[in-house]
Amino acid sequence: MALFQLSRRDALILALFALVVVTMPVWTAPFGANYPGLMQKFAIYAIFAIGFNILFGLTGYLSFGHAAFLGVGSYTAVWSFKLLTMDALPALLLAVVISGLFALVIGFLSLRRSGIYFSILTLAFAQMSYNLAYSVLTPITNGETSLQLTLQDPRLIDLAFTTRGAGLPTASLFGVTLSGLSGFYFCAVVLLIAFFFAQKVFASPFGMMLRGIKSNQMRMSYTGFNTRPYALTAFVISGMYAGLAGALLAVTDPLAGAERMQWTASGEVVLMTILGGVGTLIGPVMGAWLIKYFENIFSSFNEGILSRFFDFIPAPLHDTVVAIASKFVGEGWQLTLGLLFVLVVVFLPGGIMEGVRRIGALFRRGNPPKAGAMRVQPAE
Amino acid sequence: MTTTERNVVLHVDDVSKNFGGLHALSDIDLEVEEGQTHAIIGPNGAGKSTLLNVIIGRLAPTSGAVVFDGQVLTGKKPHQINQLGVARVFQTPEIFPDLTVLQNVMVPAFARRDGAFRVNVLRSVEREAALRDEAEAILEDVGLADRRLSHAGALSRGDKRRMELAMCLIQHPRLLLLDEPTAGMSRHDTNTTIDLLQKIKARGMTKVIIEHDMHVVFSLADKISVLSGGRIIAEGLPDEVRGNIKVQEAYLGGAHRLEAVH
Repeated sequence: MALFQLSRRDALILALFALVVVTMPVWTAPFGANYPGLMQKFAIYAIFAIGFNILFGLTGYLSFGHAAFLGVGSYTAVWSFKLLTMDALPALLLAVVISGLFALVIGFLSLRRSGIYFSILTLAFAQMSYNLAYSVLTPITNGETSLQLTLQDPRLIDLAFTTRGAGLPTASLFGVTLSGLSGFYFCAVVLLIAFFFAQKVFASPFGMMLRGIKSNQMRMSYTGFNTRPYALTAFVISGMYAGLAGALLAVTDPLAGAERMQWTASGEVVLMTILGGVGTLIGPVMGAWLIKYFENIFSSFNEGILSRFFDFIPAPLHDTVVAIASKFVGEGWQLTLGLLFVLVVVFLPGGIMEGVRRIGALFRRGNPPKAGAMRVQPAE
Repeated sequence: MTTTERNVVLHVDDVSKNFGGLHALSDIDLEVEEGQTHAIIGPNGAGKSTLLNVIIGRLAPTSGAVVFDGQVLTGKKPHQINQLGVARVFQTPEIFPDLTVLQNVMVPAFARRDGAFRVNVLRSVEREAALRDEAEAILEDVGLADRRLSHAGALSRGDKRRMELAMCLIQHPRLLLLDEPTAGMSRHDTNTTIDLLQKIKARGMTKVIIEHDMHVVFSLADKISVLSGGRIIAEGLPDEVRGNIKVQEAYLGGAHRLEAVH
C-alpha cells in the first residue's frame, strides 16, 4: 500500500533512527541521562520539534505560539483521563483532534498575514490562551493549581468495568501501566510513528508544494496553486503534533498546567529546530535532545562535579578553572546554551545537520566517487 | 477574412489603469486570436508590463475588463487565472531558488494535474515517473537537461529564464504571456529561445509577448501592437507596423534602427 511505502533511503533512515531511539537507555548512560523521566522528555519534545518543523521548515512560516497546542493537548488528555478512561490511546486521539481544531482556527486567522506579522499573531493567540487558562477558563484548566486527577473523577469507561482503587490511578495502555521505562517505550513508539509520517510528508508532492511556498509564494500563485490552504494544512498538522506531544506529557505525568503554554515554551521549540537544522528530518530531534539535556543535566552540575572533572589540572590553576567553568554550568546552563546557539547560527546557519553534512563532504572528498554519486548523471 | 472566422481568445476590453494621477494605461483594446503570437512593443514606461499585470490578475484595472475564452479574468485570483490556462514568464525570473531545476519544472506539472489544492502525502514524488519524464523532456527542449539536479538559485540569469519558460510550458497553457523572454541572454541563447518559441507556435499555443529585441519580435509575431504613453498608437501585421512612421518616431527612433534587423 502506498501509505506504508518509503524510498530505500528513507526506510534506512527510519531503521537507523528506530535503533537509536530504542537503545536510548544504553547510550544515554555515559551522559548520566538514562533515567526514564528524561528519556520520556527526549521522545516527547522530539515529536513537538518534528511537527513544528513541518510548518517552519517546509513552508517558512515561523510560529511563535505552538506551545498553545502543546497545552491544549495536555488539558485534553487529562480531561480524557478524568472523564473517560486512564487508557492512553483515547487521550492521545482526543488531544490530536482538539489541538487540530484549535490550530485550524488560530491558523486560519494568523495566515491572513505572512512574515513577522504572522509570527506576532501566533504569539498573541498563544499568550491569549495562556492568560485565559489562568483566568476565564479556570473551570476547564483549574488555573494556577493545574488540572490534576482526583479521587472523585467520574472515569465513566474505566469504572463501568472495574471498581475504584484506593489511590490515584496511572495512565495505561490496554491495562499495562505506563510509567518509568514502559512510559518511555510508549513515547518512543509514538515518536517513531510521528517520524515516519513526517518522512511521508517530506517525500510527498504535498511536501514539495510546501517547499515551493517557502521558496517563492508568489510564483506558486501564478503557477496555479491556492497557497493558503496548503499553509493552513501544514499549520494544522504541526498543531496536531504539538497536541500529541502535550498529551504524552500528560500520559507520563497526569497533570496539565498553563505554564506549558507560555511564550518561552513556544520559543524553545523554535530554538530546538534552528539548533538542529531547519527543514531537515533529523535536525529538530537532535535540537530537542540537546536542549532537554542541557536543561536537565547540565543544569545540575555543581562545583563538586567540576572539581573532580578538572582533577588533572595542578592545584594553583585548578581552583581558577573550576571557578570559571562553574559559571557555565548549574544555574548558568542557559549561558552555555546561548553561546552554543550563537556559534551554531553564525558558523553553521543550517544547524547541527549542516555540520554533519560538511563533515560527510570532507570524508567523501578523500575517496573516489562511489556508486551513489554516479547516479547523478545517468545515461541519456 | 470575415470576423466570424477569427477566433479571439483573449479580449482586453477598454482597460484603463491609473496610479494616483498617473494614467499608466488608457482605453486599451486588444484582441488576440487563437494560436497567434501577439507582440506588444513600445518605449520604456509605455505601460507594457502594467498591461501584462492587468491581464494576469496582479493588478486590478481602474476600469474595463479582461476576458479570456469567455471567462472574465478581472477580479479573479492569480491561481484561478492560471488554472484557466494562462501562464506567465516574468521580466525578472520568478522561480523557486531553493529547489532543484527538475523540481522547479515538476511543481507546475502538479498544479496542472492536481488542481489548485490537493493534499497528497501517500505517493512520494519519486514515484511520479510520468511527470518526471515529462519535466526532463521539457528541460531537454530548453537545453537545461544537464543542469536538472542543480540548485535553481545557482543558475545564470539566462538559464533561469529558460527554466521559467519550461515551468510554463509543462502546464500546456492555452495562453502564454512572455515579458521580455530573451532579456539578458546571449545572442546564441536568444536564437535558441526563438527556435523554441517557434516550435511552440507550431503546436498552436497563443502567446502575448513583450519584447525590446526587434529581431525576436519580427521572428515571432503574427501581429504587433505598439504601446506609447499608455495608449495603443499602432496595430497591425509586422510589415505594416514596420512601415508606420508614427511607430518609428515613438519607439524605433528612426528608420535606421529598423534597417538593422532586416
